[in-house]
Amino acid sequence: MDAGKKMLTGNDAAAHGARLANVRVVPVYPITPQTTIIEKIIEFITEKEMDAEYIPIESEHSAMAAAIGAEATGIRTFTASSSQGIAYMHENLFVASGLRLPLVMVAVNRTMNPPIAGAPDHSDTLAQRDTGWLQIYVENAQEILDMVIQAYRIAEDKDVLLPVMICYEGMVISHFLEPVDIPAQKLIDGFLPCYNPDHVVLDTKRPMHVSVISDEFLTEYRYQQEEAMENSKRVIEEVDKEFKKVFGREYGGLLSGYMTEDAEVVLVGMGNTCNVARMTIYELRKQGIKAGFMKLRAFRPFPKEALEESLRSAELVIMLDRAVSSGYGGVVYPELAASLSNLTTKPYVLDYIIGLANKKITVPQLSSLVTSSLADYKNGTIINPIQWIGVEGL
Amino acid sequence: MEEKNRDIYYGEEFFKQGHLLCPGCSGGVIWRLITKVLGESSIGVTSASCLSLPAIMFPSSLKLPSLYVSFASASAAVSGVSAALHTMEKDGTLKERINLFVLAGDGGTADIGFASLSGAAERNEDVIYFCLDNEAYMNTGIQRSSQTPAGTWTTSTPLGKAELKKDMPLIMAAHGIPYVATASASYPDDLIAKIKKARDIGKGFKYIHIQAPCPTGWRFPENKTVEVGRLAVETGMWKLFETENGTKTKLTYKPESRRPVTDYLEAQGRFSRLEKKDIEIIQKDVDKECRKFRF
Repeated sequence: MDAGKKMLTGNDAAAHGARLANVRVVPVYPITPQTTIIEKIIEFITEKEMDAEYIPIESEHSAMAAAIGAEATGIRTFTASSSQGIAYMHENLFVASGLRLPLVMVAVNRTMNPPIAGAPDHSDTLAQRDTGWLQIYVENAQEILDMVIQAYRIAEDKDVLLPVMICYEGMVISHFLEPVDIPAQKLIDGFLPCYNPDHVVLDTKRPMHVSVISDEFLTEYRYQQEEAMENSKRVIEEVDKEFKKVFGREYGGLLSGYMTEDAEVVLVGMGNTCNVARMTIYELRKQGIKAGFMKLRAFRPFPKEALEESLRSAELVIMLDRAVSSGYGGVVYPELAASLSNLTTKPYVLDYIIGLANKKITVPQLSSLVTSSLADYKNGTIINPIQWIGVEGL
Repeated sequence: MEEKNRDIYYGEEFFKQGHLLCPGCSGGVIWRLITKVLGESSIGVTSASCLSLPAIMFPSSLKLPSLYVSFASASAAVSGVSAALHTMEKDGTLKERINLFVLAGDGGTADIGFASLSGAAERNEDVIYFCLDNEAYMNTGIQRSSQTPAGTWTTSTPLGKAELKKDMPLIMAAHGIPYVATASASYPDDLIAKIKKARDIGKGFKYIHIQAPCPTGWRFPENKTVEVGRLAVETGMWKLFETENGTKTKLTYKPESRRPVTDYLEAQGRFSRLEKKDIEIIQKDVDKECRKFRF
């Protein structure tokens, strides 16, 4: 297949990423809005543009189990899902990370039901926070393709060996056409070597049991997983820089700031919130407000040191949260606030619960919200830092 | 003991002592025979079950590579392993034939693992699936499963189970897979013949449902395991047969004269609550079932 610029949807870009990464096994179960990834991969396999085994598995729970089986045999494996499908996998997500299998899964975000909605927010993937997977949130088709490639490098790094979930909003990023630069296979092959596991592999020449009982060493085992997560912060940054050397594109690794250097108010967001947030910053700057935006690319590992460093001089930080942990507030907010809590002079941290099931927010709405929050902060009149935005009848 | 299986009985062991199964458990015999017949070029997948414990308890009794996955997932995980092995065959990095097998309990097969089992059979994955049926959730302390026979005492059916045992071999045969068989730990030659047949019949899904008498859960003395397993077959309460391609079914062992079911039921504490009328119902049921097999 030719390299070069093509118009692709986000899901097509994900499929191209899997093809270029020389993925060999793809167990996957259909769910809207992930399905066009499967369709594209089957097309690649049928047209002999990709040499992979597609397993038409009977559920997402089984899709993750089959992915575990294939990866544990030492073969690079890919899967994708959305919403309830990701929730259905939940148990096996722990198995994948616990067995230290460097799988890559594309999670096409769609809100958790009920009420039944096809539109996206981050409720499905953020609910998988504690499963031991890396989670990277991306915002356009090019970043999806590039991140699938990067994700295998990160996951298979000997200092990491953990699975990676790449998250982006369904229906929106997944289905919109964008120009995407498809890299040449030769360049990818140079960047991403073959997967040669020596830690976990089902091999009759060196029999090992993949998973044993150990109450005794569980804490130490978990600690090693945590060390691997910590290592991944460095590896994510390094892989992004190296990617730039080969392909000319970089994404900032853990974080990507926009006009944050001198900002007194900084919005923080993930996924396709980024676009509207950056346009809002642009408008606010025109009004003379020193505003900036921080794109949180990695949610796991949570880049607390990098956030502390880059937000220390801000006065007000606003999290644009697209999922709710009912009984507290936004899901990302407490982690962001905790990251800044050890600073001697620390910014005030607000939480906007916004964009649930893709509830629309415009640049004028968001800029007036930020303006009034900034005024409330300066007047000391903020009553509740956790604010639901755009609730009808409130 | 038939002379023909001498090589198996005295052959290399892949399942070693110190396995932590209960005294008198039939699982040890079954594990040994399966691994002896399949040999060193084998990979096993297990999930939660008394019988997976010997593999995953460190240091393991099983001297073959194995993958332990979540309870419902054995058939799905083995499908992934199978796809990966196929990839290696295509690439020429795998030259030998690997005997890929699943070993799961009755709950992991017929209840929680049923969807993934049916899926793998429908895709005709190249796998030998062993269901070790001790007719209840024994690992968690004797709770009823869909494989518990009617009338059985378990901790979750203190008055006896009301429902019939789900007919798994029939369900699996209905998938049209190359090979379905039932077996018993008390008939090792028959079991060996079936494992060999499953190994040699060619690609596709092979299902062997093995009755695994359990002294702990069935409430019989631990030195009576073989005897209880034999009584199940001699009374017609467990039949040894095989089905190829979902159609040709034949008995592989036929008792010379069928013994009354009371011989089997009275040997076990789990049936002690049955009354005379219950036993009559069971006897009629077994008679009817056996007529289908013409004995």
